[in-house]
Amino acid sequence: MKVIEEQLTRSVAAWYPGATGVGGTLKLSGGASQETWSFEIMTRSGNVGAILRRAPEGYGAAPSRAAGLDAEAALMHLAHQAGLPSPRVLHVFDANDDLGPGFIMERVEGETIARKILRDAQFADARSMLARQLGRIAAGIHDLPRAKLPLLRQRTASEEIGELAREYGSLNWPKPVFELALRWLRDNDPGPPVQVTLVHGDFRLGNLIIGVDGVRAVLDWELAHLGDPMEDLGWICVNSWRFGELDKPVGGLGTREELFAGYEAAGRAVDAARVTFYEVMGTLRWGVMCGGMMQRFRMQPDHAMERAMIGRRASETEIDLLRLLAPRI
Amino acid sequence: MQDEPGPTELTKAVADFLREDIAPLVSGHNAFKLRVAINMLDLVTRQLTLEAASDASEKRRVQGLLAMQGSLFELNRALADKIANGELDLRTPGLAEHLWQTTMDKLAVDQPTYAAYRRELERSKLQR
Repeated sequence: MKVIEEQLTRSVAAWYPGATGVGGTLKLSGGASQETWSFEIMTRSGNVGAILRRAPEGYGAAPSRAAGLDAEAALMHLAHQAGLPSPRVLHVFDANDDLGPGFIMERVEGETIARKILRDAQFADARSMLARQLGRIAAGIHDLPRAKLPLLRQRTASEEIGELAREYGSLNWPKPVFELALRWLRDNDPGPPVQVTLVHGDFRLGNLIIGVDGVRAVLDWELAHLGDPMEDLGWICVNSWRFGELDKPVGGLGTREELFAGYEAAGRAVDAARVTFYEVMGTLRWGVMCGGMMQRFRMQPDHAMERAMIGRRASETEIDLLRLLAPRI
Repeated sequence: MQDEPGPTELTKAVADFLREDIAPLVSGHNAFKLRVAINMLDLVTRQLTLEAASDASEKRRVQGLLAMQGSLFELNRALADKIANGELDLRTPGLAEHLWQTTMDKLAVDQPTYAAYRRELERSKLQR
């Protein structure tokens, strides 16, 4: 039996009523700071699909932007309780589990691969309503009660700009277009938000489980923080997540008007200028992250080719930034 | 002078071999990695083909904007600094055109199928 299966069997026996074992362990992804496994919890009355999310062995503290796995689990639990599409959290690890920091949630069936969601015929009905539904879900996330939230980092737009400038500077990678964007962000800093709320931080296709009936789950709360709710609406409009559907700014699915209508129908206000600001910031952030991949490619031998090629995608964000800031007539 | 076949002919030959003869034999995560590897070789081939001309014209444009000499890295550093401190901005004659041309030349190598690049390329053709 695989080590992970033995560890999971021991853990599950302690907290899942009637569990007889686990099976079908399958590694879904192994990021540098997190890994995700799919497995079955076996009981006498049948199997339950489950997902394990944990920090892999041998890695130190999570990157400074990460909320931490305990916070992720708490946020998913809160979202589930509030009736938002979110997997049910089954168990958060403690020292007895011997599985490292992490948690186990129910597996939600559906599609996460953006290109399939955007192209396959079976999702045609879902596509026509997703932009609006995403607005409603974002509003639900931003309405989660502050008092119940776990401890999260909080950053103003000015602090985010400063952090981006430092990360870009550390790459020793002079890029005039990135400087132009940094300058634009400083000149257009909207100041503190009207209301500080929970921000998902990575709200986009790829982090959503989609079924033929629409959004089934919001995943990957790793970058959740407190801040300006308009940040989530700007991030989902970043061209990098439109997967070629240039004229459908909301994740390649629909219009900003649909997104905003869904958001407003849920009782929250949209500030379109702030959304644009965060779209520019998000585009630059992804560009700087591509640079980070280049740097890690040079420092670490694992995932070398993928990281190298993501490094060469920074120019995609440069053309996106020029289209936003210096459009050709 | 090195002998022939030249570098682009060699990288293209390897990419074609991997694409046509090896890719059908490989599955799973290794098939994904093989695709990445082929994309890398294609990128290198495009860069070897296009880089000399685009670097030369980029250098000419930045030297014109900054009225200084230097390597392309030094020139880009100086240009980035002048944009950062506000000495140059989008009202500076030639700056927007320079950034656009440089970016288009990069995408021609990095990601010629990127939708925003295709759109802007069409626009350039219509204007000519």
